[in-house]
Amino acid sequence: MLKQKEADLKKQKGYGYSKERMSLLFQTYRMLLIALGMAIILTIVSPSFLTVNNLRNVALQISINGILAAGMTMIIITGGIDLSVGSILAIAGVVAGRILVVNSQNIVLPILIALVIGMLLGLLNSLFITYGNMPPFIVTLAIMGITRGFALIFTAGYPIWDLPDSYIMIGNGRLFNVIPVPFIIMIVVMIITSLFLKYSVLGRNLYAIGSNVEAAKLSGINVKKSLMTAYTISGLLAAVAGIILSARMRIAEPMAGSGYELDAITATVIGGTAMTGGEGTIWGTFLGVIIMGIIRNGLILLDVSSFWQQVAIGFLLLMAVLIDCLKRKE
Amino acid sequence: MGQLPRTRLGLVDYKTMFEETEKILDSINVHVNPRTIISSLSVAQQEMVAIGKMLHIKAKLVIFDEPTALLTNEEIEELFKIIRMLKSQNVGIIYITHRLDEVFQISDRVTVLKDGIKVKTVNTNEITEDELITMMVGRKTSDMYKIRRVEHGNTVLKVENLSRGKAFQNISFDVKQGEIFGMFGLVGSGRTEIVKCIFGADKKDSGDIYINGERVEINSPEEAIKKGLAFLPENRKDEGLALDLSVSININMASIDKVSSNGIIDWKKSHERAVGLVERLKTKTHSIHQLVRNLSGGNQQKIVISKWLAQESDIFIFDEPTVGIDIGAKQEIYKIFEQLIGQGKSIIIISSYLPEVMGLSNRILVMYEGKIAAELNPKEATQEKILRYATGHEKS
Repeated sequence: MLKQKEADLKKQKGYGYSKERMSLLFQTYRMLLIALGMAIILTIVSPSFLTVNNLRNVALQISINGILAAGMTMIIITGGIDLSVGSILAIAGVVAGRILVVNSQNIVLPILIALVIGMLLGLLNSLFITYGNMPPFIVTLAIMGITRGFALIFTAGYPIWDLPDSYIMIGNGRLFNVIPVPFIIMIVVMIITSLFLKYSVLGRNLYAIGSNVEAAKLSGINVKKSLMTAYTISGLLAAVAGIILSARMRIAEPMAGSGYELDAITATVIGGTAMTGGEGTIWGTFLGVIIMGIIRNGLILLDVSSFWQQVAIGFLLLMAVLIDCLKRKE
Repeated sequence: MGQLPRTRLGLVDYKTMFEETEKILDSINVHVNPRTIISSLSVAQQEMVAIGKMLHIKAKLVIFDEPTALLTNEEIEELFKIIRMLKSQNVGIIYITHRLDEVFQISDRVTVLKDGIKVKTVNTNEITEDELITMMVGRKTSDMYKIRRVEHGNTVLKVENLSRGKAFQNISFDVKQGEIFGMFGLVGSGRTEIVKCIFGADKKDSGDIYINGERVEINSPEEAIKKGLAFLPENRKDEGLALDLSVSININMASIDKVSSNGIIDWKKSHERAVGLVERLKTKTHSIHQLVRNLSGGNQQKIVISKWLAQESDIFIFDEPTVGIDIGAKQEIYKIFEQLIGQGKSIIIISSYLPEVMGLSNRILVMYEGKIAAELNPKEATQEKILRYATGHEKS
């Protein structure tokens, strides 16, 4: 028996499929099966689901949530949470919008400024969390309020109109006249964050920190630097989402994105990321985002009141966490 | 808890609750105010309160799982008295321990388990300690601590007048290449705090640390690791391992620089190193992708050791390396010690189990209340003498 085990161990050399790995694969594919199942049912009951137009709509709808959820996944893997993304989204949009209204010739500079603001706010979150030793929930809750307040002050509460066409293309353009630009940006963001989490030392350290911060510290991992990176990236992605949303809506609103942090958390958790940290993938989050998108779209196609969307998504969240918790109890 | 007395309104009846509590605690000779918050009690008192809880629910069978791990000898006596009292009241008792002397002190029958399999159940008075050990390891172990020594080289670590607040003051010692340096002291004597400070996990107030003759400033574990230090914490689950990550990731955790370039991880290389270390230490795991949580205590400890072997550290600090580990795994860990000093590495071992420190160390630093009580040669010292220093009964 021991010989058998040793042979197994040799055979694996790191690439075999152990029981753990298989169950992990099943877990990821379970979400895929749910997404596919829902899509198939919708195709049968609603003829308008599987049309280019509708799918394009779904892709556009989920883009903002997908970009925020990618950042949220990284944060939740560390065992933290970022409630400020909705507000950072808003301030990035209005800052870029305001500068564009003054000078509509150059769209690169306002976008860069908005992105830097997002990064700085994310960094600010992480400074309080690491050096202030404060819980992420409270820090990002406070920054959420402060940032939203500044977005309102900055605009005096009014939305910003008259954004230049070149900027609006970011939200409304289509690649090959088919695929919406925001969706492409989301895919790029997810591929990059996924590679970052899997192949970079910094990304891998986020899992170690989320699993056991003390052990991570005593293994020589620079916890402060790692958390600062994660929250800064989350802030940056929120700003990216802010630019896309304002461009898509052709209007930069100080109240944009309120409540979006909860959607991002929901997608992340449905995608299998553990709220306790140390576990989760961007691929899972991608499926979580898609499942949420299909539910919303499906209920609209089936002419169900939009109020039921909330119920359905809340229910799905409960089920996803329930399955995870029951599994853990085993 | 779970049994709160209620008043007629269904509210908690605090008066009855506190009176009942006092009665129960008195019956087992524990004098604690029932209103005290548990975390402010000593470990021993906490345990007594836990026992009180069992009395309250009138348990018929009580399972003690390593109850004496953190208790002093006197407190253990107190605990045994209570256990005998429970026994006389016809309460059945299952007592789990890794301390053999306790088996003979308290049990009527003993069951030996090894690697999840029952070896045998025997009457305690029909067996000797040696026979019991043979059953546990499957072979005779009269020479538990005999390991091959090597010639000592230069001083690799020197600590001078290290102080940190109330934790410890004016600590000076040195460790030579190829040496096993023991540290002994009761809980609270400052031994763990000293090594944590050397490792950069805690800040020092004053004092100097020299590595290979060079004065070094260590402000974080990250810097300590770069200087060749390795630290295996006392509590491997809280501080040593990421339990929900895989064997492979844990093994590579401290040496990620060795399997990555420009911040990009080479997974193939890291998995290969993990497989190599798993085989080298004969760690029992289904695969390197197994979660560390699912391994036994001894195998978990091997993962922590592997983590530092992967980093190829020079000075290994082991804080209670064999707590909660069965004798077989213990011996394998001593074998690793032998290999390490054979490769010219140095070891600092902290242990509250005297035969272990005495058997393994070349020199022993005895601590008492944050100060050095003595530095002894274990060959010339007796257990009694070391204990006298460790309890402040004798000063050098």
